[in-house]
Amino acid sequence: MKIHKYDTVIVGAGGAGMRAAIESTKRSRTAVLTKLYPTRSHTGAAQGGMAAALANVEEDNWEWHTFDTIKGGDYLVDQDAAEILAKEAIDAVLDLEKMGLPFNRTPDGTIDQRRFGGHSRNHGEAPVRRSCYAADRTGHMILQTLYQNCVKEGVEFFNEFYVLDQLIVDIGGVKTSAGVVAYELATGEIHVFQAKAVIYASGGTGKFFKVTSNAHTLTGDGQAACYRRGLPLEDMEFFQFHPTGIWRMGILLTEGARGEGGILRNKEGERFMEKYAPVMKDLASRDVVSRSIYTEIREGRGCGPEGDHVYLDLTHLPPEQLDAKLPDITEFARTYLGIEPYTDPIPIQPTAHYAMGGIPTNVQGEVLRDNTTVVPGLYAAGEVACVSVHGANRLGTNSLLDINVFGKRSGIAAAEYAAKHDHVELPENPAELVEAQVERLRSSTGDERVADIRRELQETMDANVMVFRTEQTIKTAVEKIGELRDRYLRVSIQDKGRRFNTDLLEAVELGNLLDLAEVMAVSALARKESRGGHYREDFPNRDDVNFMRHTMAYREVGDDGTESIRLDYKPVVQTRYQPMERKY
Amino acid sequence: MATPLLDKVEDEAAASPYITVTLRIRRFNPEISDEARWEDFSIEIDPKERVLDALHKIKWDVDGSLTFRRSCAHGICGSDAMRINGKNRLACKTLIKDITSFDRKTGATKPITVEAIKGLTVLKDLVVDMEPFFQAYRDVMPFLVTTGNEPTRERLQSAEDRERFDDTTKCILCAACTSSCPVFWNDGQYFGPAAIVNAHRFIFDSRDEAGEQRLEILNDKDGVWRCRTTFNCTDACPRGIEVTKAIQEVKRALITRRF
Repeated sequence: MKIHKYDTVIVGAGGAGMRAAIESTKRSRTAVLTKLYPTRSHTGAAQGGMAAALANVEEDNWEWHTFDTIKGGDYLVDQDAAEILAKEAIDAVLDLEKMGLPFNRTPDGTIDQRRFGGHSRNHGEAPVRRSCYAADRTGHMILQTLYQNCVKEGVEFFNEFYVLDQLIVDIGGVKTSAGVVAYELATGEIHVFQAKAVIYASGGTGKFFKVTSNAHTLTGDGQAACYRRGLPLEDMEFFQFHPTGIWRMGILLTEGARGEGGILRNKEGERFMEKYAPVMKDLASRDVVSRSIYTEIREGRGCGPEGDHVYLDLTHLPPEQLDAKLPDITEFARTYLGIEPYTDPIPIQPTAHYAMGGIPTNVQGEVLRDNTTVVPGLYAAGEVACVSVHGANRLGTNSLLDINVFGKRSGIAAAEYAAKHDHVELPENPAELVEAQVERLRSSTGDERVADIRRELQETMDANVMVFRTEQTIKTAVEKIGELRDRYLRVSIQDKGRRFNTDLLEAVELGNLLDLAEVMAVSALARKESRGGHYREDFPNRDDVNFMRHTMAYREVGDDGTESIRLDYKPVVQTRYQPMERKY
Repeated sequence: MATPLLDKVEDEAAASPYITVTLRIRRFNPEISDEARWEDFSIEIDPKERVLDALHKIKWDVDGSLTFRRSCAHGICGSDAMRINGKNRLACKTLIKDITSFDRKTGATKPITVEAIKGLTVLKDLVVDMEPFFQAYRDVMPFLVTTGNEPTRERLQSAEDRERFDDTTKCILCAACTSSCPVFWNDGQYFGPAAIVNAHRFIFDSRDEAGEQRLEILNDKDGVWRCRTTFNCTDACPRGIEVTKAIQEVKRALITRRF
């Protein structure tokens, strides 16, 4: 075991982690621990753009953006946070441009903007051009630009280091962050990083679904590390299903395709979104579009022999426009489906895309251990966190924005905290838990395999807690996850070595997915209403009287060692917007 | 390439989409042996699936110790460049049907060979040491350099100026180009195509003011002049970047000092 000492440690090197690192490295001695090389992070998969009311191409202002974000989140958004997001969006985009990001340009040479789902002029009058973009690889450009600036600032990275535990100590009755424990992939060695401030920016957890746009590596490691140390997870029942994933594969096809004029059609060729969202049509918010697609499929208007998908039609758009604005996604259709988007519609289905919930934080990125109390020295930003700016449903282009605004805020806040505080003492045997976990997996002779359990988990999640949910389906999922958790105790791996043991780490990741899937299902079972991405067929309406509040899920361990989940609730922060019925 | 297989697959589609293929994988694990060896795995797979799916089938259901890097699985993270049938490709962007061929005599499929990319030290199975690759990248100042006061709004750039370096912004740092370059194989000191591509991305960005410095770095004995224009890099690039052309443009800029 090695012990390292830094002022600030950042867990994860996607957009949020690197944006934080650029700030914290200027102000404190910082280490970034990342399980992937930085440019491999899934920020790079984001396509369509980053919202900011620059008003470069038409009238717009950040107040409209705030409203759209709150409405898009079905009034579960904390309104003070949404206001910060929309207001600071403008500088966040300009910061990136100054760092070198090659945005597409208008004829005047300013940053070009395009339409995106749920973003509107004057509180829902009509779609507005708010998304700043770089072709359909905006996330790739953000990731590259941030990494380039990390190189420029001399940010110190520990690549292929898996953070497996969060150290929390009791300082005079106050739970305080002391650092993290990491596993080095290349050697199998365990490292303790003592740090005054820790920022989690480790991304989402979509891999507990089967059809997902998420990378294999998005296994909720940060959420699980904090949850297992007694910290709550907020709003985990809210997961976004992006309407346009490649049929069966789940690979993302940007909403920008519809922003450029693409149309969704059923097997009759009908533009069905006109029925469900007369004003915004194909550009209604993602939860609305995904439900509409499944309604079409359920009512027998799906395409293909099994009627299990619909079409994204780009054939009426000029090939030059597709080449200039949507080169990557048209290439995906050619590579993976053998389809030419100039002439043929693309088969799509909703794909598990984004966790609205996560580690609860305030607007400085400080992690909360209950509804109001912060954990000194602990921060989170990006998809791993829940501020909450996305509420029950995130608007497209607001995640690339979130990582930049709250990545920057948490980077500054953590470094400033580190400047004013001393290291707290590490607990005795800080690596104890990780050593035991790794040893148990390495020496287990059980008869269960990681791949089997993961497959069954993904299948049950797709079948039972996806776009449509009922008490019955969620209970089925909870029961199945419980069974899989029992079987997980008997899991064994074949690779017993220390060098690049990805067999071992996939087993660790599966443990994280199982914990988080259970939190998600249990939180969903208790929310007896429909709101944003959480749709209960047995409770189809939103219930503001009983449920306009955030879910807070805690792991409880009984005296006999049995684990359970305790649910609590936290009020939504409301400033100037009263909940209204949500129509597009 | 694989038309006979395609026909066969389509004929039999109604019955079962699965075919049997053999992956012949170059294995190496210094914890077990200093010698690398080939190992064959026979699996059932839908030919429309990716080589990455085939590797996962082996890792998940046959041999958990098979080691490779991967993440996004659709060609944008750059983790899984490897040598497939002797050519550098991303495992997640290569479909089985496009690289499988039948032995006409026996009707069996020929094995698909999979090995680590060349020119970088193999650490285990398909995993190589990427540090020298990233070091070359860092050495070319891969970031925007400007002088003077920052404007309050964005810097202006015409659509044409933005288009000038569009191709080289696509790079995902997968190392498929650099590890396909014979000059790089023979001499690890050469910067390699990927680093030059990333220098190009800034040299030809109208907002940047460090083009001269980057050109001086690439004028080095291990810089652009080592390129022998074999076009391996262009063929290998999974993003379709015209890598050799970018290198030639940097050479021309060095001669004319115009960029």
